Amino acid sequence: MATTKLGFIVQRPGYKSENPKLALTHAIASQSVEIYLKDGDIVTADIAFIGDGVLNCIKGQKAVENYDLNSTESHIKMSLLLDLNVLVCKEDLERFGMTESDIVIDAPEFGAEVEVKVVPYTEISKMMEEMNHLLFF
Amino acid sequence: MGKLTIGCFASLVGSTNLDFAIKLAGAAMEKGHKVDLWVSGNGTMISIKDQRPFKDYSSLEKPLKELMAKGLNVTACEACAESRGYHHDNTLEGVKRFSMDWYLGSCFDADRVFHIGGE
Repeated sequence: MATTKLGFIVQRPGYKSENPKLALTHAIASQSVEIYLKDGDIVTADIAFIGDGVLNCIKGQKAVENYDLNSTESHIKMSLLLDLNVLVCKEDLERFGMTESDIVIDAPEFGAEVEVKVVPYTEISKMMEEMNHLLFF
Repeated sequence: MGKLTIGCFASLVGSTNLDFAIKLAGAAMEKGHKVDLWVSGNGTMISIKDQRPFKDYSSLEKPLKELMAKGLNVTACEACAESRGYHHDNTLEGVKRFSMDWYLGSCFDADRVFHIGGE
């Protein structure tokens, strides 16, 4: 039995490129990776939004209405439903004049029990040190 | 020898990130390492067959085929490919197509993961 920890670090704003959404969909794929592994082996996915990437977390996204696309917000909520660890950099939020009230924090309508954690960069750095591999998006 | 997993999300035409990924894969294989290459997003463009080479655009079909013949394991994200109209019947022989969990499975036992995000 072994565990490989992957850290998905999202640095780019949403919708300008596909990267943030691909980070989330790949992280969510950690829930079905067992088909490629031996019994008991697992891959975990932690997600951190830093820099311009924190803009992906703004709540009230209208991607369905404007682009007929699932919003990045809905992917974050899906990540919460799957109990993924989702971190948002507090300092970078503040740089944009934003607070926790501006971003998606929970997803009770999805049945999610965990919440997005707004944390200082030092905590994100600590999370990154704990990962086996980091993937920057 | 080790295992290297390369994930590349950049397009074949429009950047030279895939060129770099292929050169890195070749260099690692020459040293005896096993290499998995995952292409997702615009990176799935490399999986299309019958690329016509021009000197002004990256063309990697030939080196990719050569490396696959030597054991390079290449998989494209099926959903990313299908959404772009890259279907099974125009996929390069030898390139596999799976969902995103394949990449994470490859990362599981990789000694190193080199992830190149998209543009």
